[in-house]
Amino acid sequence: MNASRLFGTALQYAFLGLAAFLSIFPFFWMLISASNTSIDIIGGKTSFGDAFATNVTNFFTQVDVPLVFWNSTKVAVLATVLTIVVSSLAGYGFEMFKSKARERVYSLVLLTLMIPFGALMIPLFMMMAKTGLINTHIAIMLPTIASAFIIFYFRQSTKAFPTELRDAAKVDGLKEWQIFFYIYMPVMRSTYAAAFVIVFMTNWNNYLWPLIVLQSNETKTITLVVSSLASAYYPDYGVVMIGTILATLPTLFVFFVMQRQFVQGMLGSVK
Amino acid sequence: MASGKTGGLKRYHDLNGWLFIAPSVALIGVFLVYPIFRSLYLSFFSGKGMMMKFAGFGNVVRLWNDPVFIQALTNTVTFFVVQVPIMILLALMLAAVLNNEKLKFIGFFRTAIFLPCVASLVAYSVLFKSMFSVDGVVNQALMAIGLIGSPIGWLTEPFWAKVLVILAITWRWTGYNMIFYLAALQNIDKSIYEAAKIDGVPAWARFFYITVPMLKPVILFTTIISTIGTIQLFDEVYNLTEGKGGPANSTITLSLYIYNLTFRFMPSFGYAATISYVIVIMVALFSFLQFYAARDRS
Repeated sequence: MNASRLFGTALQYAFLGLAAFLSIFPFFWMLISASNTSIDIIGGKTSFGDAFATNVTNFFTQVDVPLVFWNSTKVAVLATVLTIVVSSLAGYGFEMFKSKARERVYSLVLLTLMIPFGALMIPLFMMMAKTGLINTHIAIMLPTIASAFIIFYFRQSTKAFPTELRDAAKVDGLKEWQIFFYIYMPVMRSTYAAAFVIVFMTNWNNYLWPLIVLQSNETKTITLVVSSLASAYYPDYGVVMIGTILATLPTLFVFFVMQRQFVQGMLGSVK
Repeated sequence: MASGKTGGLKRYHDLNGWLFIAPSVALIGVFLVYPIFRSLYLSFFSGKGMMMKFAGFGNVVRLWNDPVFIQALTNTVTFFVVQVPIMILLALMLAAVLNNEKLKFIGFFRTAIFLPCVASLVAYSVLFKSMFSVDGVVNQALMAIGLIGSPIGWLTEPFWAKVLVILAITWRWTGYNMIFYLAALQNIDKSIYEAAKIDGVPAWARFFYITVPMLKPVILFTTIISTIGTIQLFDEVYNLTEGKGGPANSTITLSLYIYNLTFRFMPSFGYAATISYVIVIMVALFSFLQFYAARDRS
């Protein structure tokens, strides 16, 4: 290997190393800071301290942790399950039962991908206020269930669903809905897994809409709690760090357990 | 497909088709289509709270004379004009290097660089806020390596606050874009690179004359979705600046301004809806570009 090749390789490693370091550092910072006092955190201390127990205790006294965690989990899981069931029904329906009229509806559905949430939040808020759903978890979930993105993803994936399976099931006398639930769903489980990961992440991290709708401490999700702790006039960053760790753990866990599905879902949903 | 079937079967086929899509279509109608038209309707009214009166295009006139709106629009445009190209170039370079199979620890590097897109927007904004405090870890590191002489007021100086927002978004989304490029690069025939190498084409030229042109469709696609995402920027600025978009509105975005107009003060639903239509138009413009580009490709 000549000198310039060696230099090139070294440069590539240096570039990747720097990028990897910068990417990981904030996570590392989160862990270190969870063991430091607020003053140390603001002062840029980069070694572990001994305030971890204090921070955890303070966090648990300021926040009803089981309740907040339950709120987040309930909203994220329910909304995700509903989203993928409703959207996969539609994706399957559009692909399996083609008709001119439904293709037109499908184009309109895809068109809604363009709608920015900023233009929906005021009418949605007024709608929820009128129906008395402000400060409820139902209000959080309802607008997120119908997702053109996931419908599109399922329609694309359905193209790979073997039609012989459907024909065989029909011969056996299964109804259309039975074919969907007993044959399509199990066969397409990797598609579902990828969709689950992506939608769960989105719902777990959802912020703006819950910020508008959830107004009491009893209904708040972990994201809202972290945000409000951090925007205090003098935030206690030690406590905030415990919150960010709790908010990040489930998504990190899902990511590491289902990394393949995560990437597949991300690429697939926009193919 | 259904043409050969008997009338009854055809109807059965058709009925099932509608039943399968009904739940989604109904939800989209109620929670997306109705509100977007309702917003448009609201944008013709002015007034506070529920006391609204018809104002015609009064809100549009108000936009031109509203310095905060102009500021929010300028900031939003600045963010995507500056941030998106930097991020795309970085992501491309990372993908090109990671595509080199001779390097070791590729799996580790890929996972590490991808990791930021797992972080929730709120969590990472809060982390960045703590890292970029005046005496914080970032200023200390920059001073230690001699890049700056005195601490930067990341959260207190208008210029640096904008830089911070751009740095933060770049951190969060570079790995995300990189994954798209890596996936696309894996479809490029390796022999093209080998041939170029044999002909003595240097690495930088291979990057600009082979990689970039081959990835053009993906680059276009990611540029547009990133731009659309940045037009709607909210979570980061809200959490870096306690919801103010400060200092002195230097980081306020259109979405944040809508939020403030509606939920922070006595709500101006009509005026906020008008601003939301500025976002609608900007997003529509870029989406149109995307459709156009996609059609061009196929």
